[in-house]
Amino acid sequence: MKNFNYHSAKDIKEASKLSSSNSAFLAGGMTTIPSMKLGLASYKDLIDIKNIKKLSGIKVSSKSVTIGATTKHVEVANSKELKKTIPSLASLAEGIGDPQVRNRGTIGGSIANNDPSADYPSACIALNATIHTNDRKIEASKFFKGMFETALKKGELIEAIEFQIPEKSSYQKHPNPASRYAIVGVYVAKHKKDINVAVTGAKPCVYNDKDLSKALSNNFSTSAIQNMELDSSDMNSDIHASAEYRASLVVTQAKKAVDAC
Amino acid sequence: MRKVTLEINGKTVVKEVHDNTLLSSFLRDHLNLTGTHIGCDTSQCGACVVHVNGNSLKSCTALAADIDGSKVTTIEGLATNGKMHPMQEAFKKLHGLQCGFCTPGMVMSAVDLLQKNKKPSDTEIRDWLEGNICRCTGYQNIVAAVKEAATKM
Repeated sequence: MKNFNYHSAKDIKEASKLSSSNSAFLAGGMTTIPSMKLGLASYKDLIDIKNIKKLSGIKVSSKSVTIGATTKHVEVANSKELKKTIPSLASLAEGIGDPQVRNRGTIGGSIANNDPSADYPSACIALNATIHTNDRKIEASKFFKGMFETALKKGELIEAIEFQIPEKSSYQKHPNPASRYAIVGVYVAKHKKDINVAVTGAKPCVYNDKDLSKALSNNFSTSAIQNMELDSSDMNSDIHASAEYRASLVVTQAKKAVDAC
Repeated sequence: MRKVTLEINGKTVVKEVHDNTLLSSFLRDHLNLTGTHIGCDTSQCGACVVHVNGNSLKSCTALAADIDGSKVTTIEGLATNGKMHPMQEAFKKLHGLQCGFCTPGMVMSAVDLLQKNKKPSDTEIRDWLEGNICRCTGYQNIVAAVKEAATKM
């Protein structure tokens, strides 16, 4: 791994002051460190934000749950308050990677990285999340731009993610047996006014499947989507699953999610 | 370069490290604690698992700098007065290893499991060991060893 300057920021102000066009924020490092070791990324400065207390923790209000950017997956998975308000989100966190990844990896890191098969982006879309940064608030529907691409500007720091509490929700994934990344993951959330069916793993970027959500809006049951066939032309195809198989998996996981709601 | 202060297996260690020094290299190359193995070096195999402040992590994916001030336990820190830890005893007794390469990580990960779940089921043990890969045993005896250790810890 190429050398860099490590900085541990005391607060958000210091973190943004240290950032430059050649820096990255370091939270759990579960993607940043392996990417740097493999030579896929290199930075002059790594700015560690995990010692900034304000960025960690889970706050519940009557309508939403706000999770600090450096809150670890294990903390989300074990949160009693979250299990009461949005249990599907706690169980999503419990299914990420392995215990060692969950002990270090953070929600903000996962979202900022926007891996096409990461779990959390689907939760943001399904639960009408708002991403709070040190500069602005971004709706989840406008945040995830493409493969490993987000609306974040250089040096912009995620502070917290605010999720709307749905009436019912469930996240179901078909995990890669080795990495536990989603080959396909589907997050179904029924809100008062809308139903979201957020899909990860199937396309280069997480998306809200309009066909499935429309069908479920008319009739929230597995029978409404039983025989649906999705267009697989823009779906991912790799050694783990063909595009056609992924299209079929999206419907299967959506049905499982509706059943579990 | 920077100075880091860590408590490693109960002893305070103060060393100069490069900013990019990984915890795994720090343990092996700077402190000669070679019980922590490096298998894949891409945070998949789990041979490098150690405990930091009581929780298991993959030391190939942490910087010595970013855990400055922490308490670290490695496989060398488990035995007390020359007596093996119950988890090590159980792995030995039930043949929870063959070549032994994955064993330090397996043991450290399994000890962390029992700290959090005193009586895990077979499924819970297998789920927990998701991040530890063994290419010899087929896992049966590892799971049996963790269950045995659970009765002794």
